[in-house]
Amino acid sequence: MASRGIKDRVAIVGMGCTAFGEHWDKGADDLLVEAAGDAYRSAGVDPAQVDAYWLGTMGSGTSGLVLSEALKLDYKPVTRLENMCATGSEAIRNAAYAVASGAYDLVMATGVEKLKDSGFSGLVTSRPPDDGTGQNMSAPAMFSLLAPAYAAKYGVDEGQLKEVISRIAWKNHVNGAKNPKAQFRKEVPMEKILNSPRVAGMFGVFDCSGVSDGAAAAVLCRAEDAHKYTDHPIFIKALSFVAGPAEGYFNQDYDFTTFQEVVTSAQDAYEQAGVTNPREEISMAEVHDCFTATELVLMEDMGFSERGKGWQDVLDGRFDGDGPQPVNPDGGLKSFGHPIGASGLRMMYEMWLQLRGEAGERQIADPKLGLTHNLGGQPGRCVSFVSIVGR
Amino acid sequence: MAGITRYGSYVPYFRLQRSAIGAGRGARAAASYDEDSVSMAVEACREVLASDRKRPKGACSEPQAREVGGLDALIFATTSPPYAEKQNAATIHAALSLPARVRTLELGASSRCGVSALGLGLDLAAAGQRALVAASDVVIGAPGGARESQGGDAAASFVTGPDEDACAVLRGRASATTEVLDVWRLPGDAFAKQWEERFGAEVLAPVLHETVIRALEDAGSQPSEIATVILDATLPRAAAGLPAALQLKPEQLADPLATSVGRAGAAHAGLLLARALDAAKPGDRILVASLADGCDALVLEVTDHIADARPVHSVDAWLASCRDDLAYNAYLKWRGVLPFEPPRRPEPDRPAAPPMHRHERWKLGFVGSRCTGCDAGHLPPQRVCSACGAVDRMREEPFATRPCRVTTYTLDHLAWSLQPPVVAAVLDFEGGGRLACELTDVNPADVAIGDELEMTFRRLYTGQGVHNYFWKARPRR
Repeated sequence: MASRGIKDRVAIVGMGCTAFGEHWDKGADDLLVEAAGDAYRSAGVDPAQVDAYWLGTMGSGTSGLVLSEALKLDYKPVTRLENMCATGSEAIRNAAYAVASGAYDLVMATGVEKLKDSGFSGLVTSRPPDDGTGQNMSAPAMFSLLAPAYAAKYGVDEGQLKEVISRIAWKNHVNGAKNPKAQFRKEVPMEKILNSPRVAGMFGVFDCSGVSDGAAAAVLCRAEDAHKYTDHPIFIKALSFVAGPAEGYFNQDYDFTTFQEVVTSAQDAYEQAGVTNPREEISMAEVHDCFTATELVLMEDMGFSERGKGWQDVLDGRFDGDGPQPVNPDGGLKSFGHPIGASGLRMMYEMWLQLRGEAGERQIADPKLGLTHNLGGQPGRCVSFVSIVGR
Repeated sequence: MAGITRYGSYVPYFRLQRSAIGAGRGARAAASYDEDSVSMAVEACREVLASDRKRPKGACSEPQAREVGGLDALIFATTSPPYAEKQNAATIHAALSLPARVRTLELGASSRCGVSALGLGLDLAAAGQRALVAASDVVIGAPGGARESQGGDAAASFVTGPDEDACAVLRGRASATTEVLDVWRLPGDAFAKQWEERFGAEVLAPVLHETVIRALEDAGSQPSEIATVILDATLPRAAAGLPAALQLKPEQLADPLATSVGRAGAAHAGLLLARALDAAKPGDRILVASLADGCDALVLEVTDHIADARPVHSVDAWLASCRDDLAYNAYLKWRGVLPFEPPRRPEPDRPAAPPMHRHERWKLGFVGSRCTGCDAGHLPPQRVCSACGAVDRMREEPFATRPCRVTTYTLDHLAWSLQPPVVAAVLDFEGGGRLACELTDVNPADVAIGDELEMTFRRLYTGQGVHNYFWKARPRR
């Protein structure tokens, strides 16, 4: 895969992020006003200084007007985009490329999702009119296919695998308990996770990320301008995005223990950033733990663990908040819920805090490189985003 | 000579015990939540068309070597049409991937229409044409009534033609029409009504007697010469006196399957005829009479070709393959009789007409594609090959009778379904091709990776007044 990358050419100089949760009292516009306002203040700029905007949302409105009307922007370009659950990350990626191209000096990437107005459980998406032959599977069901396949391939007893994925939920809740912006701010005992009511396959309620509302925003500029806005900018080392050909639903060789889209996008990102040993060089990662087994497979797809060994690394605490390679130190989708358009930016917000030493009791000692990862779709048929950022 | 060249049947997987309703002994057959008269008719017709299917356990003879020849017509008979307007027979036609030139015709309004349709098929045979006749019914009665407990759901199919290789030839027939308010239902009503039984029996019993006598005379048969007598009536009482009047021996009378299926409306006489053919010997004569709004009676003679005409499943094989503990409240929910708390998930959208039309061969016929360059199979059909990237080098590939196995599966407690959890599986087809689809007629606890499954035509759901038909997989029956 050929991508030149924009290593160290674009900086993030301000970020904002709302608390994630059931905001019965706020609409998508309210959440955007909050997140964008925090980002302006963080970068020390006013709206007139920002040349262009990107808005990621899957279902909380169409067109750039969702943002421009909420913020009363002064006739600025706003691109509204969607790329399933990677939508928020796509806002960052496209905003960063606009800056790198020289078209704009200062831009803002925003993302929002207002999920809790639907009245339904889980995620609700609308499809274009179709012939009625599509899969009738919920998101947890699609991802639940990973667990028995992984267990069978690597000879892990299904009971033991249940403990592994439960530990991932436990770890992310431990991290989220320390995060004032998380939807769920309580540690959850292993027993409760192990015995939660089944949703799909091996997944209980605690194997699934929550459903919440939220928004986040980032201000980006060219690297050479970064210090005009902040003493502690963070720099983009790599941005990669892949949309797969849905091979997993045609090719009988696909066995539901990997996401080829993730493998490809991670490899591309490592090449852009000059990372040769991700297990050692990536200090921390925010990954798409939509379901617990997803996080397990991601550890292997991104090279943090050897194939078939990720489950042991999980049990060893390698990815714990105080482990050698913390994953989802902010609590992840597990603790934040997954307001689609906002999640990718929320992940970057944690990188922003950690790399600037502002993560409070979650602070990781001297992080060098951070990785964010977003996934949309299902095993065998998905889109994947990977970014690497550093100081 | 006009005759039946092939026959088949279908009895759904579930049985509702009458004890669960407090209505006597035995059980009735119950269509699953995803079945209706159209989907069951398709299953019965596949029995006569799908000669390349592998034999599952319980099959009554070896696979057919010959295919059914060119059909001229498809005749569908039901009193429970899924659409009152918009031809249901056309859906069956599409599901069977019949050529467009095969004309379709739909009969209804009386449970006699099943035998009427068979008679019509034999008429066409006499005119040198070949017809596929399908009778199918989902019989719904008001809770607590006899129609609910004594009714049943099933389908039967026959190919009629002028062929010399008919397995049963028509020897005699007779019909009568009677204007009477016996069983009736207004358009839009959920349940049929029935006048006082003694009245209907008194009016219709002589009609049956007279029509059967005429049919026997037409065939030149004495009652004692008939191997199997099939008497089907809206009221058992109306037919009760005939065996004694004709001095029939008990062994001549076909088992009405009252304790295993129940009276399956327009399909019932055909189901009993199929069962008689399952056991018939060459030379046997069979009388089938259906009494409703008059009477249609046929006398058939079984030929030497009966062994070659047998379907994949005998009626008894269908009866043996069942789950007999359907809960009464589930049954009422499936039939739309009992309102229930919906899951907190959006109801499924109605499928849209243009994409359904574009994808008819896939959606209804289960025809995928195979790359002519690299042989990779695709479900649904693709233009660009997933394996070699060739563009527009596909040929059509039917998958409905192709064996498949469970590669992986899950139980989905969140997805919308009338019968949660949804059992969703990734299926790999023999010779290439993969599909994620729902399983049906399955105990979730019994699914295992590697299970061999077969495809079955179903009504997935009805969304905003549009029925959504597609295929599911089931354990081999």
